[in-house]
Amino acid sequence: MNSTMDRRQLLRGAGMGGGALALSSWMPAWAQTNSPGLVRDLPVVSGEDIRLKIAHQMVTIDGRQGHAIGINGTVPGPLVRLREGQKVRLHVENALDEDSSIHWHGLILPFHMDGVPGVSFPGIKPRSTFTYEFPIVQSGTYWYHSHSGLQEQMGHYGPIVIDPEGTDPIVSDREHVIVLSDYSFMHPHKIFQKLKQMGGYFNQQKLTATDGEPMSIKDRMEWGRMRMDPTDVGDVTGSTYSFLINGHGARDNWTALFRPGERVRLRFVNASAMTTFNVRIPGLKIAIVQSDGLPVRPVAVDEFQIAVAETYDAIVEPIDDRAYTLVAESVDRSGMAVATLAPRPGMAAVVPPLRKRPLATMKYLGLGGMDHGGGGAGGCTPEHAAMGHCTMPEAGADAAAAAPAPAMDHGMRDFSVAPGVKKTPTVQSISPMPVDRMGEPGQGLADVGHRVLTYRDLVAVERNPDIRAPERAMRIHLTGNMERYMWAFDGEKLSEVKAPIPFLEGERVRVTLVNDTMMGHPIHLHGHFFELVTGHGDFAPRKHTVNVQPGGTATFDFTADAVGDWAFHCHMLYHMHGGMMQVVTVRPREDAA
Amino acid sequence: MNRLLSIGVALGAFVAAVPALAQAHDGHGQQDAQPAPKPAPAASGCTPEHAAMGHCKMPEPVPAPPAQSSCTPEHAKMGHCTMPEAKPEPPPAATDPDCSPEHAKMGHCTPKTSAVDDTAVGTSLPAGDAPAPRPVAANYADRVWGKNDMQPARDMLRREHGGGTFNQVMLDLAEVKIAKGHEGYKFEGSVWYGGDINRFVFKAEGEGEFGEAMEGAELTALYSRAIDPYFNLQAGIRQDVGAGPDRTHAVIGVEGLAPYWFEVSGYLYLSNKGEVTASFAGEYDQRLTQRLILQPKVEFDLSAQDMPELGIGSGLMGAEFGLRLRYEIAREFAPYVGVVHETKFGRTADYARAGGSDASSTNFVIGVRAWF
Repeated sequence: MNSTMDRRQLLRGAGMGGGALALSSWMPAWAQTNSPGLVRDLPVVSGEDIRLKIAHQMVTIDGRQGHAIGINGTVPGPLVRLREGQKVRLHVENALDEDSSIHWHGLILPFHMDGVPGVSFPGIKPRSTFTYEFPIVQSGTYWYHSHSGLQEQMGHYGPIVIDPEGTDPIVSDREHVIVLSDYSFMHPHKIFQKLKQMGGYFNQQKLTATDGEPMSIKDRMEWGRMRMDPTDVGDVTGSTYSFLINGHGARDNWTALFRPGERVRLRFVNASAMTTFNVRIPGLKIAIVQSDGLPVRPVAVDEFQIAVAETYDAIVEPIDDRAYTLVAESVDRSGMAVATLAPRPGMAAVVPPLRKRPLATMKYLGLGGMDHGGGGAGGCTPEHAAMGHCTMPEAGADAAAAAPAPAMDHGMRDFSVAPGVKKTPTVQSISPMPVDRMGEPGQGLADVGHRVLTYRDLVAVERNPDIRAPERAMRIHLTGNMERYMWAFDGEKLSEVKAPIPFLEGERVRVTLVNDTMMGHPIHLHGHFFELVTGHGDFAPRKHTVNVQPGGTATFDFTADAVGDWAFHCHMLYHMHGGMMQVVTVRPREDAA
Repeated sequence: MNRLLSIGVALGAFVAAVPALAQAHDGHGQQDAQPAPKPAPAASGCTPEHAAMGHCKMPEPVPAPPAQSSCTPEHAKMGHCTMPEAKPEPPPAATDPDCSPEHAKMGHCTPKTSAVDDTAVGTSLPAGDAPAPRPVAANYADRVWGKNDMQPARDMLRREHGGGTFNQVMLDLAEVKIAKGHEGYKFEGSVWYGGDINRFVFKAEGEGEFGEAMEGAELTALYSRAIDPYFNLQAGIRQDVGAGPDRTHAVIGVEGLAPYWFEVSGYLYLSNKGEVTASFAGEYDQRLTQRLILQPKVEFDLSAQDMPELGIGSGLMGAEFGLRLRYEIAREFAPYVGVVHETKFGRTADYARAGGSDASSTNFVIGVRAWF
């Protein structure tokens, strides 16, 4: 906790000298301290021919030099600004001594331009240039990043903004791109090795005999019996990470300018390797207007959780002539990224202290059905029904109500409730009664005393393009083992799977992701948008990445309309590297017949 | 104590369970084979994005097909429903967060909105029960880039997503024993190398008094295989070195993490003289603060026969109880202080007394635990 205290003091101190910071040459101007915003003429890359160069470089994070992989000499890479309806050729030079790649996250494009080595193309060899070419058929906020090895952790990412063909329906006076990320001075291969040697290596907030947590001996024993750690919220934490906004550490006080009374559009991109952020701007309501690049009906919140690889556009309307602090706190509350919204450079507002880290409850082990109280039919999940606890509503009277201590009655590794899951050491537990958690605000945010965004709050502005009922449904289990640091879909790492997940072209399928682990997994399907099944019918929010809360489920419908092979994976970089990835193949019907 | 003994029993059970595990695995593989696809009704998957790319033409709005049964093969297998006979129940209810249409249809729950909603559209509609397509190979990119260029990238993709190898060098104990006139030392270290499932493990340990030959020095080489989320089955060879007659042993054992976070291990040894011995150990890390950790540790050694030349009697020969308090300056480097009680039992104790040694001793130790 000492490091936490130090950080806090630093943050408070940072405000004083914030305006006097020198502009670092490796930072693009839109990300410079006191950036005047994107409405001005700024060095971005745009046009039909764009050149990007991937190379090693040094970065300075809060005054300390570190090694990075940047694009065109900056971390994050330059803002790629495009217009809907244009064609683009992106000439990507790899100046590294190893293979590299760029994946255009969230862009709808032909599969062989998607940029995943081994799935969509062979990759970009060292000292060579690859040209991506595809039409721009959408608008919104997206991003790009390496899909090779662990390069993304080292800075190989950047934002994409695509302006709509006509006038932008989201009206604003100015806008700022906010790229959230995590940086470590430890090499990512070393981070991964440490996790393999000791799953809880980076967790400096474990339970101790002297922590004063309001947790009974009985509960502590129960967690111990299950060999699960209720403090296991994030794998790689502020103990090694600096959390960045547009490449700046908290001390830099990156500032976004506004004039009081303006409508300011903030384009948030979570380009982190491993960090889910909780974002708030004390004193300002945040109106979410776009999710993963596509417009949603405005919903005003005080805070929102943004998982790795998600994007949100928000409108804020600061009226007062004062500075506001933008806080992006890591979900495990081991640190935060901080920036300032101010009418003039050199201003700073109070930086709130880190809040207490959350503790997982039984719900995080997929015992969520119990939380619905005795006899509640809503708690009857297929898994629970498989145990014969609640097959019929009438017979279920004795089920939920009569079960006194959930974990005692349910094996935490009962494969009969998950028939598709392979019985491997990768599967530490299987959620016995996972419930849909898309209506919940995310770990540690249920009791913060203000309104927090949930997926259920999102409603699409445009009617969904395909409103057919799904032809079939499938469940995919997100499985893991924190002790061995193994991660997989359905118990099988990508290195072990025999075949991809097949879909027929045009097929509409309902996919339920069941999280059998204690950690949120932001699951990304390449090449497609999917509609979250959150009760909004044909105005379901469309996303490319969905965070499945620990021990819970998330369900989406999607139309397999993009022929080819596509990556499908957890966007936690070390989970993917550990095997939590699959290939989805969409085949023309004549091919598959 | 009970736990440790039961591990000995579990040892045999684990060995027996391995083939069963493999069988279960095979069975799953077969279940996963999907039936050949049925030609589904032609439906356009042409979204505006794809139409804009010129990949397809947008059809006129497609009316939603009649609702089908939501009985997927998965659910049928769980006994939730019967597949072909199940009569589709079309009333698509307004989605209740706690009771999705599928579950309502299975009779698992009743949506809060009891009124039938005829206007359900899009994601509010229940899913059908069409079969999944047949599995194919993930090689579609070969059509664009050619197999010669794609195959190496595919191999690397698999290696980089779950196929890695790792290693760890661990000096678990390196300590000095503080005993009047009998100052000594003890070390226990190991190295492992390999993937998630299969690993090579090398161990070395020894102890002794300063100025005298090393006792109880052992070198062990093991193949280690993960047999469940927490335990590894290990087998290999142990070579005794140091003072006294040396033995070579075949080793088989299990080590891992037991419920309540106990690190436990149990090994059986068969020496080149045909002797059978066993050792069991357990330890627990009690965090006092994030860096200060109290570690109780116990070890028991057993022998199936008398081995007078080694000073060992049959039965429980010795035990060691340690309590070490370490401070993790870094996770990888932790100095510690502790107290260790060693005791010999039965005929082994008699041999010790006959040789002029104490059958038991309690000493303070100071040392360091380190790994990388």
